[in-house]
Amino acid sequence: MVQFTLPKNSTITEGTVWPKPEGTGDLQEFRVYRWSPDDGRNPRIDTFYVDTGDCGPMVLDGLLWIKNKVDPTLTLRRSCREGICGSCAMNIDGLNTLACTRGMDDIKGPVKVYPLPHMKVVKDLVPDLTQFYAQHALIEPWLKTASPEPQKEWRQSRGDREKLDGLYECILCACCSTSCPSYWWNEKRYLGPAALLQAYRWLIDSRDEETGERLDVLEDPFRLYRCHTILNCAQACPKGLNPAKAIAEIKKMMLERRV
Amino acid sequence: MSMRTPLGTVRGLGSAKDGTGHFWLQRLTSIASLVLTIFAFALAISLVGEPHAVVAARLGSPFIAVALLATIFAYAYHMQLGMQVIIEDYVQGELARVLALAGNIFFCFAVALFSAFAVLKLGFGG
Repeated sequence: MVQFTLPKNSTITEGTVWPKPEGTGDLQEFRVYRWSPDDGRNPRIDTFYVDTGDCGPMVLDGLLWIKNKVDPTLTLRRSCREGICGSCAMNIDGLNTLACTRGMDDIKGPVKVYPLPHMKVVKDLVPDLTQFYAQHALIEPWLKTASPEPQKEWRQSRGDREKLDGLYECILCACCSTSCPSYWWNEKRYLGPAALLQAYRWLIDSRDEETGERLDVLEDPFRLYRCHTILNCAQACPKGLNPAKAIAEIKKMMLERRV
Repeated sequence: MSMRTPLGTVRGLGSAKDGTGHFWLQRLTSIASLVLTIFAFALAISLVGEPHAVVAARLGSPFIAVALLATIFAYAYHMQLGMQVIIEDYVQGELARVLALAGNIFFCFAVALFSAFAVLKLGFGG
């Protein structure tokens, strides 16, 4: 059966409560998941107090304040700090989202920060996304054609281009796939919402000439049909996309070529 | 520890080129079951308190007997397809999954056969 409980060495314990900064007014409590592969200890939850007058308004600002002023060993990915690179995806206040676009003010009580669920942890808030990226590579996310290369460009009508809206914006942050229970239970065989959203982006691209071959790759009880329209993906997506709808459209295409 | 590349691992044994049939039949059997359930309930209510001979006579009608057999077939097939999804979702050991999937087929097939036998026995005057 799938593992519903954590193994003993993954059980979370109470960690360090770091001292409050002195002489400040507004403090925001952060409870942050910590784990290091080097010390042999179980994961733990550290408590920090962030001086909100001394940092920006987003959760990422708070985490970077902690890293700069309290504990430089706190490990997290971040890059653009404006919701376009997808690096700082993590589980904040129970929802997978980007730390750089989630405001501290939107959260009642302590800000609880965990790495993306059900992924192997590299350290602290950094999940191992190797398999996630390989699944994206499997759907071969590039234009595939057989016709002779045109002199200028592959042309596309405005209407056909509009079909890509709501799909091409995906930043591969993995918030959707790691919020999906089907992906938790079968992450090795189910491609997950992010890879399938991108698969659909190429399936309906009017310039692509390998639609049938792309559908062949996806037609599998595990790769595609593990999606049970739970819709966690659509709820989690920080870019407001709807992977579940894209997956439903792929299933419709599968039926269309058969029935 | 495997030294296989991540892409090689994810590609695995390739696509099964299957799944759409299951998806389609699961929806068809659910629609059929919805309609046939109304019929089966109506028939059951109409037979409440009736003696054995009346029930046997009613099931002797080919239309009613065939509709009941269709109900049984739709239910059993839908049950098998639905349970298959649950097994594929939650049972992870290779051997355990194969055994559970096989057991599911045998169980649903047996339920359908025994139920069909009961209907036919009554319908043929048993």
